[in-house]
Amino acid sequence: MYIDPHVHMVSRSTDDYVHMARAGCVAITEPAFWAGYDRSSPQGFFDYFRQLTDSEPRRAAQYGIRHHTWLCINPKEAEDPIFAREVIALIPDFLKKQNVLGIGEIGLNKNSRNEMEILEAHLQLASDHNLLVLVHTPHLEDKLKGTLLILDAIRRFPKLDPGRVLIDHVEEHTAKHVLDRGFWCGMTLYPDTKCTPQRAVDIIETYGSERIWMNSAGDWGHSDPIAVPKAQMEMRRRGHLESLVRQVTFTNPERFLSQSGRFSAEPLRPTAPDITR
Amino acid sequence: MSESATKPEPPEPPESCPMTRAQVVDAYFMEHRARLLDVAAFLDRIDRAGPGVDDFRMSAYRSAMTVLGDGQPQRARRILELLSDPSKSPIASAHTKGATGAHDPSGKAH
Repeated sequence: MYIDPHVHMVSRSTDDYVHMARAGCVAITEPAFWAGYDRSSPQGFFDYFRQLTDSEPRRAAQYGIRHHTWLCINPKEAEDPIFAREVIALIPDFLKKQNVLGIGEIGLNKNSRNEMEILEAHLQLASDHNLLVLVHTPHLEDKLKGTLLILDAIRRFPKLDPGRVLIDHVEEHTAKHVLDRGFWCGMTLYPDTKCTPQRAVDIIETYGSERIWMNSAGDWGHSDPIAVPKAQMEMRRRGHLESLVRQVTFTNPERFLSQSGRFSAEPLRPTAPDITR
Repeated sequence: MSESATKPEPPEPPESCPMTRAQVVDAYFMEHRARLLDVAAFLDRIDRAGPGVDDFRMSAYRSAMTVLGDGQPQRARRILELLSDPSKSPIASAHTKGATGAHDPSGKAH
């Protein structure tokens, strides 16, 4: 049994839901993401937020998987601050939806000034509404610098408790920075550009198992929606205790996400498809 | 107030790898032998592709390879740091969404 706390299911097929359910996935959380192209209007985001809060939970339920979500405009579309602020203005109405856990995945992509301005606008929204925050850290050569800029930015919002903020996509050079400041951290299991299951388990062995989880971040690119059970296999291969496997793939995400008051990983009987839609 | 009362809780001790050194080699040698040959074949492929000079990515790659053989710990962390942008301040604006995998000292990759 496991939770995938970061996966973009709107980009995945129903076959992926089947594979995830068979591998033991009982709950997921889906942060708002870049679609692979820039949306042409805030209305495009309105429809995306409807998909995340209405149709995708029903699709997941057909496979016995509980679906939760996070809302934002992703940093990849934050270079136009006026546009981004129009999207952010849509979010408060959607916060009433029962599967919304908080703001995410916000953060930085290329570490630009405009991205920072929009990151701060999101942090203000989270602070004002006392919401959990899920943070994307930049890719590859931009990750270390971006992570440090993000940690400094969050510090400028004293009402945001680090214990309610998860910094995602950490690797060997950023995990300690995140953990030392009291934040939670997520490791993303990607075939090429982030952590392999082996390296993720190495990081747990190096930095410990407290305040850390693993996710697939499966999306429309090269990614693997059953990466988390593969990491579970890697832990078992090395002889780690089953209690540790459960901690980092179920108990830890459940503990962090339950702070929202809306998260559930209780078994869900698969629902029938709604053929009227 | 006593000194112990002012100190933060010590961090949880890391989980160690439950395998012995020999078990790690037994489990992973063949996989990483193959990856080592992939690296060698990649470098050979570049040589066969004809004359030219390394761009910033390959310069960084060759620097990273020296870390592999230096006998010091935390190689993965140190290679990631070596490939990272060392600057501290936000850039003026982003002209691309992607990343190249290594820091470009010329700044053109932004």
